[in-house]
Amino acid sequence: MTLIAAQNITVRFGSTDILSGVSLAVQPAEIVTIVGPNGSGKSTLLRAILGIQPLAAGTLNRAPNLRIGYVPQRLHIDRPIPMTARRFLSLPQRCTDAQATAVLARCGVAGVENRQLADLSGGQLQRVLLARALLNEPDILILDEPTQGLDQPGEAAFYQLIADVRRDTGAAVLLVSHDLHVVMAASDRVICLNGHICCEGTPDVVRDAPEYRALFGFGTQGALALYRHDHDHSHGPSLTHVHGPNCGHDHGHSHHTETQKEPHKHA
Amino acid sequence: MLDDFLTRAALAGIGVAVATGPLGAFVVWRRMAYFGDATSHAAILGVALALALSLPIGLGTMFVALAMALTVSALSARGWAVDTTLGVLAHSALAFGLVAISFVPGVRADLSGLLFGDILAVSRTDLAYVWAGAAVITALLLWRWQALLTTTLSEDLAHASGLNPDRERLALTVALAITVAVALKIVGALLISAMLIIPAASARSLSRSPEVMALLAVIIGAVSVLAGLQLSLHFDTPAGPSIIAVAALIFTASVVIAPLKSR
Repeated sequence: MTLIAAQNITVRFGSTDILSGVSLAVQPAEIVTIVGPNGSGKSTLLRAILGIQPLAAGTLNRAPNLRIGYVPQRLHIDRPIPMTARRFLSLPQRCTDAQATAVLARCGVAGVENRQLADLSGGQLQRVLLARALLNEPDILILDEPTQGLDQPGEAAFYQLIADVRRDTGAAVLLVSHDLHVVMAASDRVICLNGHICCEGTPDVVRDAPEYRALFGFGTQGALALYRHDHDHSHGPSLTHVHGPNCGHDHGHSHHTETQKEPHKHA
Repeated sequence: MLDDFLTRAALAGIGVAVATGPLGAFVVWRRMAYFGDATSHAAILGVALALALSLPIGLGTMFVALAMALTVSALSARGWAVDTTLGVLAHSALAFGLVAISFVPGVRADLSGLLFGDILAVSRTDLAYVWAGAAVITALLLWRWQALLTTTLSEDLAHASGLNPDRERLALTVALAITVAVALKIVGALLISAMLIIPAASARSLSRSPEVMALLAVIIGAVSVLAGLQLSLHFDTPAGPSIIAVAALIFTASVVIAPLKSR
């Protein structure tokens, strides 16, 4: 049974199509990752799927009584509202203290019950958000760049946790990321988005797809895969790397080694 | 017991505090301070319309306050520069209200009552009206409490939980309009939003949960009413402003106490 099916959805802001003709379906217990550069409509797609963003065209079907656990990109906690982590877990469905303790421990933030949300670090807050999403025993977890504010070990642990949750509960996972190299390994299917779906498939297939290369260049995954394919393509890595200047992730470094190594390779 | 005007005044004031405490907490959390201003200033226009059309004043104020609250709510949902829009609306509503009311014969003398309230002249009917309004608002907020809190924290999370943020916003808007209609006689159009904001803001620095903050806001509001009435009686000061002055002193005290408490 398909949990969520989107057919040819188009989202328009003013006269600009942010998404055009995007179709995707999520099956139970699969991990689907949406990757794409900044401004490619990743978050908008999630918001459309959640029903927050109105569609200009297309249809969206959800399985009846689908329980969704949503972890937003970041929760902007305003100072004015006093809210402990424990109280937050009971919004909007109340949970017992035992449930709260267990789910917080599972998410690696045991003991934060009485801390104010506004006092939590970015990483702790993301874990509390995940804990809240899990309480509902979701059929599908929807996560929008959930590891912002986590360091690299924290990020790896977070994705491991999500993989464990999928294994233990059979929940599907739909997640948006641009931390490609970390996410790819854990995903069953990757969708490469840039206003429309450029390519999709297993991580291997997408990584090798020319459309994906055109968007992300070559420096974003493991070095072996990179050099295996270097000579297949006429376009060089630095030419095809189209990230904006404020693109925050860290592959500039692998990019560097690549350009350093390249002369050796071709020499 | 209700024969004593001071008892009636105290009970009416406490009724207002019961309504404005929890609602004021939402006003603070959602940064709707100017929203309260626009809505309460529109009440004057409501009074003028009610008098001109010979309708009950409560009905007129509630109708115009609701219209204003819905307008503001719709504009802010469309992403208008909220600050400016509300500033324009709040003060034009007040100006138009005052102009309109000058056309109604025989009301000029009551103008200060409209602006600053006339709590010492509260009748039994007024009292019933205040408490009925407070009961409706309390029931509405209790009924929607979990959904309102979720929406206030994050509209996206509310959406994902199957709630409709627009509906929750409407609940608050209606509650605000009822509060304005109810509190006009007690603290006056100029100070209704003070009664919303100041007790809730005072409660903020002393609270660790939303429920505690809402309850504390009611208590602080009620204490301000009682102390303000005493002040007014002893020093012959206007009652509405005296109440708000006490609330402001409590706010100052809360700001000083809070850091000491957490030390």
